[in-house]
Amino acid sequence: MKKSVFVGAFAATALVAGMAQAQMLQSIQDRGELNCGVSTGLAGFSAPDANGVWQGFDVAVCRAVAAAILDDAMAVNFVPTTGQTRFSALASGEVDMLARNTTWTFTRDIDLRLTFVGVNYYDGQGFMVSRDLGVSSATELDGATVCIQTGTTTELNLADYFRANGMNYEPVPIETNAEAQQQYLAGACDVYTTDVSGLAATRASFESPDAHVILPEVISKEPLGPVVRDGDKEWEGIVRWTLFALVAAEELGITSANVAELAQGTDNPEVNRLLGSEGEFGSMLGLESDWAVRAISAGGNYGEIFAANIGDQTPIGLARGLNALWTQGGLQYAMPFR
Amino acid sequence: MSNIESQTIAFVRDTMIPEQAPPLTEAGAIKWLRENLFSGWFNSTLTLLSLAIIWWSLAAIGPWLVNTVWNAGSLSECRRILDGTGGACFAVINDRWHQLLFGFYPSHLYWRPVLALVLLFVALAPILFTGLPRKLLVFSALYPFIGYHLLWGGSIWLPISALLGFVAGGIAFILVRKVNGLAAVFAAVLAPVFWWLFLAGPFDSAMSSVLPLGLDFVRSDRFGGFLISLVIGVTGISLSLPLGILLALGRQSDMVFVKSVCVIFIEFIRGVPLITLLFTASLLLNYFLPPGTSFDLILRVIIMVTLFAAAYMAEVIRGGLAALPKGQYEAADALGLDYWKAQRLIIMPQALKISIPGIVNTFIGLFKDTTLVVFIGLLDPIGLSNAIRASTDWQGIYWELFIFIGALFFIFCFGISRYSMYLERKLKTDHK
Repeated sequence: MKKSVFVGAFAATALVAGMAQAQMLQSIQDRGELNCGVSTGLAGFSAPDANGVWQGFDVAVCRAVAAAILDDAMAVNFVPTTGQTRFSALASGEVDMLARNTTWTFTRDIDLRLTFVGVNYYDGQGFMVSRDLGVSSATELDGATVCIQTGTTTELNLADYFRANGMNYEPVPIETNAEAQQQYLAGACDVYTTDVSGLAATRASFESPDAHVILPEVISKEPLGPVVRDGDKEWEGIVRWTLFALVAAEELGITSANVAELAQGTDNPEVNRLLGSEGEFGSMLGLESDWAVRAISAGGNYGEIFAANIGDQTPIGLARGLNALWTQGGLQYAMPFR
Repeated sequence: MSNIESQTIAFVRDTMIPEQAPPLTEAGAIKWLRENLFSGWFNSTLTLLSLAIIWWSLAAIGPWLVNTVWNAGSLSECRRILDGTGGACFAVINDRWHQLLFGFYPSHLYWRPVLALVLLFVALAPILFTGLPRKLLVFSALYPFIGYHLLWGGSIWLPISALLGFVAGGIAFILVRKVNGLAAVFAAVLAPVFWWLFLAGPFDSAMSSVLPLGLDFVRSDRFGGFLISLVIGVTGISLSLPLGILLALGRQSDMVFVKSVCVIFIEFIRGVPLITLLFTASLLLNYFLPPGTSFDLILRVIIMVTLFAAAYMAEVIRGGLAALPKGQYEAADALGLDYWKAQRLIIMPQALKISIPGIVNTFIGLFKDTTLVVFIGLLDPIGLSNAIRASTDWQGIYWELFIFIGALFFIFCFGISRYSMYLERKLKTDHK
């Protein structure tokens, strides 16, 4: 509901702002810094560490883009945005791009005049319950009390799901994820529902994670990806193909450890084209020929970024699942560098 | 006579009985208890009930607070140290206190906000306590420029050229006053505006190129935590009082234009929630300004918060004005004082004194309202607590952060409230 109020306001202004803001690449190079909108704090995806340096899965995308353009992964000015301010910050030019767990939907893409350049994380809405409840499927949740964040798509998905399955539920509205954890642990609700990645992160932070289960049903599609304004194809291309470069690098076995060596030239022509030892892909984007080398050196390829920030060796402990490469049964698929 | 008495009266005491201690139930702690806590069955019941509640809450929170872990790198490490026993994990404060206080302000420059805070108290002292030498007020007047330079840094000529605008206004006023009083007021307003618009920029850049002095520039987006609350709160508080007084006087004015402007402003601002104004500051202004111009977000927020507080302040002061007996106004007229003299010498001192509790109420409210900036993505203490909780180390921690933030706000709000009580006692003239 909240979002639909903003939709109208953006639609009128975004186009104007978008046109005025063409030549994004030039202005970023002049500024020497990328303005990247991130979330104000989401475990594993974006959060400042004890030294105030932003870390996380979404943050890594900003760093890769900054590295590709400016050859400096730290030349990013992170602008914390909330669910309400993110699109207007982008439309008004306060940020150059958003890398902020934003779901790619029809209205955002078309009506808000934004461009989703790809998907860096495939998420979906799920349920977490206490193991004591003895529930093994979401279809057994009839009559449950559900903690739900207000003003998000999850609220609508929940209503749809329960109606489609002819079940009733009692919503317990909450504002933030931290509040939800407290309410859920205090027993104010039987079920907590949000994106599965958020559930996993929340569960991992519990004192006894094993006492809680995430139910197998995923009731919605939440493809999260970086967003830019409409109206600057060159800039859109840079962000899109930087993301693709990270995914393609994993597919081609290029890591942050061997990228410098492979950039000298290999027998694989696609690796050569990606890393700039063959072809003119860099200059087509308006960048130097080693743009992809820099992007990959910043934080590694897609798989390395995943493992370092949210993978199963981290406290967040997410499995690759849908986010595995297409060759390994997942959905991550970079368009060919040709 | 004494002989007679010695025969008729068996015993006459000729020395005083030494003073005795009062009965046990009428002295010391027991008397106090009897009078204050157990003075009847109803009060006794309430006392016992309160004791039970206090005991119950202490029993619930006490062990948790006492069994605190201060040194740990993450929540999981805390839990390992606690080893199943319930306890707080204030290690998060130990690890992140600098972020909660300063946000992302560069750590080697922490002395600057600290010094700015210390100097703030120095600057406030002569305003708050009349016993101090009046010459200190010069420092108070200079403080906004010093504070700005300490916090943001950059070229020292920027605050100086801003300050020179006021000097220009003063000089213009003195020069023109000899000719005409009203013209002098206009000159005093126009001269600084002219200076700031046309001369301040060239002066700043010229001086900077000749003599580049100044501290390292710190960008607004590095500000966060309690620093941002204080910057917004203190600026809002100190600007909203004079603005509020002007608005209150304007609302009482006989001039239709002035009056209607003030009424419309006050009623509009009071009619919309602060959060709406903040969203306007952060979202709408971006669309109105030409692309590329970055009008500092903190500045935008300060302006909105100040306007908001000023509208409430105006109504509080109007209450004080309304409470003054009409005779005071008439007495001022009878003495032949003009409008401003009457306000300055007779009306305002009394009206402000009456309004002290209301004014302080607005101040404290404003200070606490600064936490609303979390909704537009500024990382004030509440915003940072979310960000800290989002780091993998401290995910899942909750009460410790809020207790720390609550304690910080309590110190300041309680301080303000104690000062206002002192001021009320001092200004009390006891119309009994």
